[in-house]
Amino acid sequence: MSSSIERTPAAAGTDRRAFLQRLAITGVALGPGGAFLASCATGGGDDADDEASEAPSGDVSDDNPLGIPTDQPIEVYIFDGGFGDEYATELHQPIFNEKWPDIQIDHHAAVDIGAELQARFVAGDPPDFINNSGDGQMDPGQLVSDGLLADLTPLFDAPSWDDPNVTVRDTLLPGTVESGTRDGKPYVLNYAFTVFGLWFNQTLMDENGWPVPTTWQEMMDVCADIAATGIAPWVYQGVTAPRYMNWPLLSMATKLAGPEILVAIDNLEPGAWGHEAVMESAAAIRSLAENGYFLPGVEGMEFRDAQGLWARGQAVFCPSGSWLENEEADAIAENPTFQLAMMPDPLLSPDSVMPLETVRATAGEPYVVPADAKNPLGGMEYMRAMLSMEGARGFTERVTSLTSVAGSSEGVQIEAPGLASAQAALQAAGDNVVNWFYPSWYGTMENPGIDQATGALLRAELTVDQWVEQCEAVATEIREDDSIVKQNREG
Amino acid sequence: MNMRHGRYLFILTFLLPPVGIYAIYMLSPYVQAIYISMTDWSGLTAAQTFIGFDNYVEMWNDDQLHKALWNNLILVLVVPVLTLLLGLFFASMLNVGGRSRGGAVTGVRGSSIYKVVYFFPQVLSVAIIGIVFKYVFAPENAGGILNRVLGAVGLDGLQRLWLAEPDYLIWIIVLVMTWSFVGFYVVLFSAAMQAIPRDIYEAALLDGSSRLTTFRKVTVPLVWDTVQVGWVYMAIQAMDGFATVHIMLGINGGVQGAGDVLGVAMYREAFAEADFGYAAAIGVLMLVLTMVAAILFMRGLRRERVELA
Repeated sequence: MSSSIERTPAAAGTDRRAFLQRLAITGVALGPGGAFLASCATGGGDDADDEASEAPSGDVSDDNPLGIPTDQPIEVYIFDGGFGDEYATELHQPIFNEKWPDIQIDHHAAVDIGAELQARFVAGDPPDFINNSGDGQMDPGQLVSDGLLADLTPLFDAPSWDDPNVTVRDTLLPGTVESGTRDGKPYVLNYAFTVFGLWFNQTLMDENGWPVPTTWQEMMDVCADIAATGIAPWVYQGVTAPRYMNWPLLSMATKLAGPEILVAIDNLEPGAWGHEAVMESAAAIRSLAENGYFLPGVEGMEFRDAQGLWARGQAVFCPSGSWLENEEADAIAENPTFQLAMMPDPLLSPDSVMPLETVRATAGEPYVVPADAKNPLGGMEYMRAMLSMEGARGFTERVTSLTSVAGSSEGVQIEAPGLASAQAALQAAGDNVVNWFYPSWYGTMENPGIDQATGALLRAELTVDQWVEQCEAVATEIREDDSIVKQNREG
Repeated sequence: MNMRHGRYLFILTFLLPPVGIYAIYMLSPYVQAIYISMTDWSGLTAAQTFIGFDNYVEMWNDDQLHKALWNNLILVLVVPVLTLLLGLFFASMLNVGGRSRGGAVTGVRGSSIYKVVYFFPQVLSVAIIGIVFKYVFAPENAGGILNRVLGAVGLDGLQRLWLAEPDYLIWIIVLVMTWSFVGFYVVLFSAAMQAIPRDIYEAALLDGSSRLTTFRKVTVPLVWDTVQVGWVYMAIQAMDGFATVHIMLGINGGVQGAGDVLGVAMYREAFAEADFGYAAAIGVLMLVLTMVAAILFMRGLRRERVELA
């Protein structure tokens, strides 16, 4: 193997000829080889421009307000995650087909939506209706700025499925259409309605006679009592998602000083994170760490492990949204006496501007219609069917989640204790429902940006001033990055 | 003359399919990636806008990417050395490390069992290894095996929240990568050592050489070719490190992104930030660095070849 081979020098003439022949062969080989390169990822631009065709449509009538073509199929992609996809195949699609029996619905379910559909977007051939959710969610901001989503205004202006005298827009809870709006146009339908708050172990609280705290001072007293029995008062989502603690932090600050502080934060105004109410709230949260009221070891845990320990009675309070009950269903089922309930975040002080019952609630679970779909109006009609009272009510019954259709949970027997208390809290809040938008506008601002800062605050590695500095630095980075399209809200 | 033409046609016909496949699936993506790295493609549209070297300028100023680069450097320097040293040690123990029984050179007792067991980590998929080690390093009350063992032995003081400490993250990755690859090198070096004639060992033993001296002066020089190949292969693995880091630390590279590596940074930029152009630029950087590392190691580790027969 190691010895070198003696090469006999060939005659000069033959050498040159051999060289030229080899050169010619290489050229011939590369020629057709080069033609293969036409099948590139980067070669699709021209085709898309040529096919700027009209979306198919039918006649607009009372029965067909969107004017969908009555003979074209609709391709539907549902995210197969926490809600599953049976609500689509067993509820919404039958509702749709009852009205449009001749329209075929081509149903697909996927766990990684981005992985399955990204290539189709690039090829200019996306499906008609997408549940853009889950780990593989395609960045909605980028989809909008690339012009890939259809404007849903025709849907929201159309008459609703059940009552032609009411537009779809008016059947929805306030804030729903806004939560899916970018640059002034609605591109995303947020279907589920989530209530945020502090979820607590009602069974433990009742057994030990601990009162549900309404002010922060009461919260600290209760925590001291809880800690004395050896149970951890609080838990959060560990090393995976310390940002969950941001929610009570911002909620409490909002109740103290009013919802304008949230507008400043969303608009990336300098100094928004340094508002005194925010700082007071951050100090309150930090005092939980200082007093050792968090579950030991939570800073190093995976979020499912932390929530699982909470569901098994190792901790009392856990910040989350109303999906928590569904997410930890297995752990909760282990102990039939476990009752969870939701409380609104306590008031930091008696001069709080907003009442205790104020909650953060928002429409979530995004559904979109791609602009280049073959049958975008069909996709919007499918959304109209989902937004019917029957569709929304059925969704709540099946997946234990509220929907953004107003009144859809009235009369529904909500057996799940968590959801029942969330619904009660939402009703008690009345008009005092707040929300902030920066996590959905600027994904990386929330994660890893503010997420990491809050994580360090919770480990008591940062003082409140340092936390404010880091949050401001994150906001400044986003503000100064020209490649990110900025959104604005008035109030 | 006819024979020559016929021969070239023959070669061409048989070369074209494999070269064609190689060109389409290996070379073409590299060329496209270089082109994409000079655009601002989001990965969602059909067309791209050319922006020149802007992505590379952004890379130069990106602190998080510098962190990732530093971590890759640690991996490239430490993991191959550790893996190969351990691999060589175990292989020599298993083949020539036993006390000589009647003059014969064998491995330690039970070496046939060890050979099989050491290879197990290679059989496991990297996803399983990542998840298992996540639980090894988890806090005690969340099933943390390491902390529980330390507590049981009485070494409570050494317990830590491993995956929550930014400084430990890259070293945890070093440990996991070494663990998963040592077995492969034990087998590889065992095979190389089997090829060494036993009389050399016996001669060394007769001359009164200790096990360590035999290892240093006889075994290592004779398996050096294999060591060189193994080193380059491990260096390439270390430049990557995507699967282990992504599963154990998450898409951001752990707490404060302290465990970030180039592979994860590229994935994050492409799929979480919808910036395929920047991700492609990171990819080009990885290509250049991996090739440089491979060439450097191959040059630097070259030794005079020793003829065995």
